[in-house]
Amino acid sequence: MTTTIYIPRDSSALSVGAEKVAVAIAAEAKSRGLDVEIIRNGSRGLYWLETMVEVSTPKGRVAYGPVKVKDVPSLFDADFINAKPHALSLGLTEEIDWIKKQQRLTFARVGVTNPVSLDDYIAHDGYKGLKNALKLSGAEIVKAVTDSGLRGRGGAAFPTGIKWNTVLGCASEQKYVVCNADEGDSGTYSDRMIMEGDPFVLIEGMTIAGVAVGATQGYIYLRSEYPHALVALNQAIEVANKAGYLGDDVLGSGKAFHLEVRRAAGAYVCGEETSLLESLEGKRGLVRFKPPLPAIEGLFGKPTVVNNVISLASVPIILDKGAQYYADYGMGRSRGTLPIQLAGNLKHNGLVELAFGATLRELLYDFGGGSATGKPIRAVQVGGPLGAFLPESQFDTPLDYEEFTKIWAVLGHGGIVAFDDTVDMSKMARYAFEFCAVESCGKCTPCRIGSTRGVEVIDKIRSGKDHAKNIQLVRDLSDTMLNGSLCALGGMTPYPVLSALNHFPQDFGLPAETQAG
Amino acid sequence: MLDSNTPLVDADALISRLITEHQHRPGALLPLLHAIQDNLGYVPESAYPQISKALALSVAEVHGVVTFYHHFRTHKPGRNVMQICRAESCQSMGSEALEAHAKKCLNIDYHQTTADNAITLEAVYCLGNCALSPSVMMNDEIYGRVSPSDLDALIAEAKA
Ligand SMILES: Cc1cc2nc3c(=O)[nH]c(=O)nc-3n(C[C@H](O)[C@H](O)[C@H](O)COP(=O)(O)O)c2cc1C
Ligand code: SF4
Ligand code: FES
Repeated sequence: MTTTIYIPRDSSALSVGAEKVAVAIAAEAKSRGLDVEIIRNGSRGLYWLETMVEVSTPKGRVAYGPVKVKDVPSLFDADFINAKPHALSLGLTEEIDWIKKQQRLTFARVGVTNPVSLDDYIAHDGYKGLKNALKLSGAEIVKAVTDSGLRGRGGAAFPTGIKWNTVLGCASEQKYVVCNADEGDSGTYSDRMIMEGDPFVLIEGMTIAGVAVGATQGYIYLRSEYPHALVALNQAIEVANKAGYLGDDVLGSGKAFHLEVRRAAGAYVCGEETSLLESLEGKRGLVRFKPPLPAIEGLFGKPTVVNNVISLASVPIILDKGAQYYADYGMGRSRGTLPIQLAGNLKHNGLVELAFGATLRELLYDFGGGSATGKPIRAVQVGGPLGAFLPESQFDTPLDYEEFTKIWAVLGHGGIVAFDDTVDMSKMARYAFEFCAVESCGKCTPCRIGSTRGVEVIDKIRSGKDHAKNIQLVRDLSDTMLNGSLCALGGMTPYPVLSALNHFPQDFGLPAETQAG
Repeated sequence: MLDSNTPLVDADALISRLITEHQHRPGALLPLLHAIQDNLGYVPESAYPQISKALALSVAEVHGVVTFYHHFRTHKPGRNVMQICRAESCQSMGSEALEAHAKKCLNIDYHQTTADNAITLEAVYCLGNCALSPSVMMNDEIYGRVSPSDLDALIAEAKA
């Protein structure tokens, strides 16, 4: 009898040796004359346990990890392919606490299926959403997305249904669906995990978007730093085309939808939607003035839906199980689930999908297990390089767009980066300005010049020169950038800078008692 | 990738072929530049006139696009390109020490190539591997939880 073994092809798993482990397991099985089939799945997201190897048994999958090449002979000696115990045994995968405590809707299949097997996708409820959507009118699909309460997961949290409705309402012979897969924020990797671990769910979501608004061409704008996602997406698109899920006549509906991946070229600002469109048109990624909105005049001047990977990948389940099912998760005006990405200085980093409403503290300690170095967690940056730094006193904030706004912070793409007490927050503030200077598109002065001046002023503060005057200068500069920038790159760089200054004044040579709550 | 002895004539022919392949795609310039860099390791400035003619752009426009994007380079890199992640998550796990270590061992700064042409050092801002920070990319391979001694091993392999 053939035993099925799962070993991730996810690039983070590969970064700690998954490929070598797969090769070693195949070789060892062969030399022992054992009949095994190795499936390269996505990652379950328990990255401290990668490479996590799973063996299929009648009771379910049994996991072992973190497996290194040197562990392979002993795993076979212990008869792990019959799920026998070993020092690296983790038990039934589905019973692992970290997995059990999650609410996986968008990530339901990631780590479970073979990412590029259409049969596997369909066997795990794939394409049910599209099939339902094809029975509905465009307006009905858009209504379902609106009613689900889904808001853009790329950062701005704008209601996806309203955006689609605008594109639906435009009369045009050509419309586009563009997937923003530029995922430039530090601490974020859920877009990558979906694209590598379940590319069909993104393809299905984009197809539903196309059918809904009447767009026949889709583009995935993929960051160039993701070579493995490029391979997985292209493999899945080819399969979907051959099987009639993409192409001139999607599932015999008479509707066309074509899909192509375009590689970005390493500019953070190209994650901003108008800059992204310029880049897709083959130009420098300069931010466009709005209006017109991309929904009305987008790619090549045509009405365009621009959505983040997770926004689009959340659509199939909404069309499958209904708007209410999705909306029943969450709190306040933050409906559904958020794939949270734990990163930085934590013991247990990885992907956690939960309904909105969990607190940072639960994530950092219950899931994250506290800092990796064993020192106190001092600061946490949520929402990427343009997100605020949060001190301990704010760790009880629930993950909810409005609750974060109240404390002058952002949820962004759901990336959480933890720092232990060795962090120097004036250095982090300096880095925020430096990053803005490196990545500025250069179109407006507050961002282009302000960021460079910001670095210089922080350097002066760090060396104690004209201290009070330069602290005030940082505040004035931040104010100008906040109010005078064309896009959020310049407009939000003050979030990390001022939050660092306000919550950690002692790192800027100020008395600690000025610390804001 | 062509090796350093390949005469430029071949590069010209290759670029012509890539232009023919890509010029009719909507928004062709980026895919074309990627194709050129994938094949040659860089985008030679000598190709600008050809590209601009085929895509009906000015040479200045082509130059503007190439230089806007961090990914494209106009000079041939070393045999291997090493990118060290400088973003926040990697900083929280010691990437600064890793950067210093790399610069010292290789005796170069960012955007430079070692004397033996083995390694070009570049900075990168997040590889999506933040759960396993600090991260390094060597050519198309990502490495996670990289310690200074892991880096030494990567360097030794690249120099071999
Ligand atoms: C500087 C900057 C970078 C951005 N980067 C990304 C990104 O990498 N991915 C993303 O989905 N949205 C990014 N955004 C947000 C997009 O502009 C846009 O709001 C989003 O793609 C819309 O999709 P959504 O409604 O599904 O979130 C960025 C915005 C700014 C200002
Ligand atoms: S804020 Fe910066 S990145 Fe945004 S448009 Fe202005 S210069 Fe460009
Ligand atoms: S911050 Fe370094 S990989 Fe994301």
